[in-house]
Amino acid sequence: MGVGIDVTNLNAWYGTNHTLQDINLHIPANHATALIGPSGCGKSTFVRCLNRMHETNPIARVTGQVKVGDQDIYADAKPVEIRRRIGMVFQRPNPFPTMSIYDNVASGLKLNGYSNRRVLDEIVEKSLKNSALWDEVKDDLRKKSGASLSGGQQQRLCIARALAVDPEVLLMDEPASALDPVSTSKIEDLIFELKSQYTIVIVTHNMQQAARVAEKTGFFLNGRLVEFDETHKIFTNPTDKRTEDYITGRFG
Amino acid sequence: MPEIRTFQPQIQPASAQPTGPQPDPAGSAIRQFLRSRGNSALADRSFHILMVLCALTIFGIVGLIAVVLILRSDMAWHQFGLKFFYTFERDRVTGAPLYWDPVNGHFSAVPFIYGTLVSSFLALLLAVPLAIGVAIFLTEMCPKALRGPLAFVTELLAAIPSVIYGLWAVFVLVPLLRDYVNPLLVRLLGWTGFFSDDNPTGLGYISAAVILAIMILPIISSLTREVMTAVPHSQREAVLALGATRWEMIRMGVLRNARIGIVGGVILGLGRALGETMAVAMVIGNSPDIQRSLLANGSSMASVIANEYAEATSDLHRSALTELGLALFIVTIIVNALARILVWAVTRGTPEQAR
Repeated sequence: MGVGIDVTNLNAWYGTNHTLQDINLHIPANHATALIGPSGCGKSTFVRCLNRMHETNPIARVTGQVKVGDQDIYADAKPVEIRRRIGMVFQRPNPFPTMSIYDNVASGLKLNGYSNRRVLDEIVEKSLKNSALWDEVKDDLRKKSGASLSGGQQQRLCIARALAVDPEVLLMDEPASALDPVSTSKIEDLIFELKSQYTIVIVTHNMQQAARVAEKTGFFLNGRLVEFDETHKIFTNPTDKRTEDYITGRFG
Repeated sequence: MPEIRTFQPQIQPASAQPTGPQPDPAGSAIRQFLRSRGNSALADRSFHILMVLCALTIFGIVGLIAVVLILRSDMAWHQFGLKFFYTFERDRVTGAPLYWDPVNGHFSAVPFIYGTLVSSFLALLLAVPLAIGVAIFLTEMCPKALRGPLAFVTELLAAIPSVIYGLWAVFVLVPLLRDYVNPLLVRLLGWTGFFSDDNPTGLGYISAAVILAIMILPIISSLTREVMTAVPHSQREAVLALGATRWEMIRMGVLRNARIGIVGGVILGLGRALGETMAVAMVIGNSPDIQRSLLANGSSMASVIANEYAEATSDLHRSALTELGLALFIVTIIVNALARILVWAVTRGTPEQAR
């Protein structure tokens, strides 16, 4: 089961560039939350703050509080522990090219020293089924490398890899923007399936996508969260003029 | 799913007349000039032939080297045959091996092949972990300000002439090994039989191996660094997002992806170690002998050629040395081929983009 995320007064910098300013929001558990906004508005930075990936860049800095469940991830834990609880899927599919499909999915567990073969087999199968890839790859799990799959399959493989460690939250940073429409719709179906079991945060440029998969939507602009509400409300009756301009295509 | 209201911008039809400045139909001086240029077919073809000739010189040079080595070693080849490389004579009375005695006409390549292989592999054993460590530090951990200078100095090491390394080894490294390191090795590992204290000079296989290790370190580390830098950042992020520590990220996200290039770097290092002449000749002790102890004096294929060719006592001696040269030539090729097979074995099944 997923957990909710509470963000309080989150600020983030890249060097002297203040990329996130005073973000406050609550991401509900076991729902999909979409973040939209023009390029460079800070939405990617925001999700990267949720699993402390932002700070892997040496010039990056974060202040504020992020509570995942009951845990303040900046005060009470090390990044390594946080990232084990929060899975992440990136914009470009990044499977490990030197590993088989099986090893790709099992990599998170093997990394943490998990070596029970029988359980690993089960988890790999379950994760690949959950990511709707099992039927396409079950015959060459160990024969084919992760990079031999098509772009859409690679992205679902990356989702399976993230699911294999049974995360409480799944962060997706534009997971379908490098994919064709068919793969995109598969990923969207998948998100729809997965949100009953995980808390999903998805960054997207595609507003229809946000409308299709998410219950809540946040609109970012210039490092600020302009509006955060029910998806339905954001797209039909936004409070803020800037949100309306953006979703109707007047800018961005 | 909520309906999305969309804003319909006014779009001009593509057939609309452009309103910018019209091109001048008479202003085609450039077009006329370009049309008058001809098709340059002749120039293209001559360029092609010239480049093919350049490429062929590579094969020509390799072929010529092989031919000369084979012709000049003809005498030794007829005298000893293939036995030159794998066997040696023994003293009729004492049974002691007679590896190499030009004055009495005993010639065998065995001790030199042994010396070359032992010193080179020992050098790899010392240099590879160090080189990979240097590369990891430079690419993953080093502060940006220090990265440039450190990489520069590492690569500078490769530019130092080998005779300078030899001199440094004679004056600094050999005394250091003789006085401090070798006694320690004898005391700790003497029981293996690979370290015995019957050589007071400090010269020997181990000195050669250490100096070789220092010499091949820059090649291996700079190549390793290059391939590690080439590993895409997304691979590092993928591992980090799974909850990896920095070392796990380097192992799984970087080294694993870069291993082909690292093997390539090691091959290059081995190639240089096998053929390295001057520094080795200065510290290996130059005794045509096979001893179990790594602290004993030995001799390598390259070092014996360098030491003896100029004052060879007979045509047969000279011919035997040339045959050693031929063997070194072949050994180098075999080692490279082996390494390629190794590369092939580990890259098999991974697609092009992973390399």
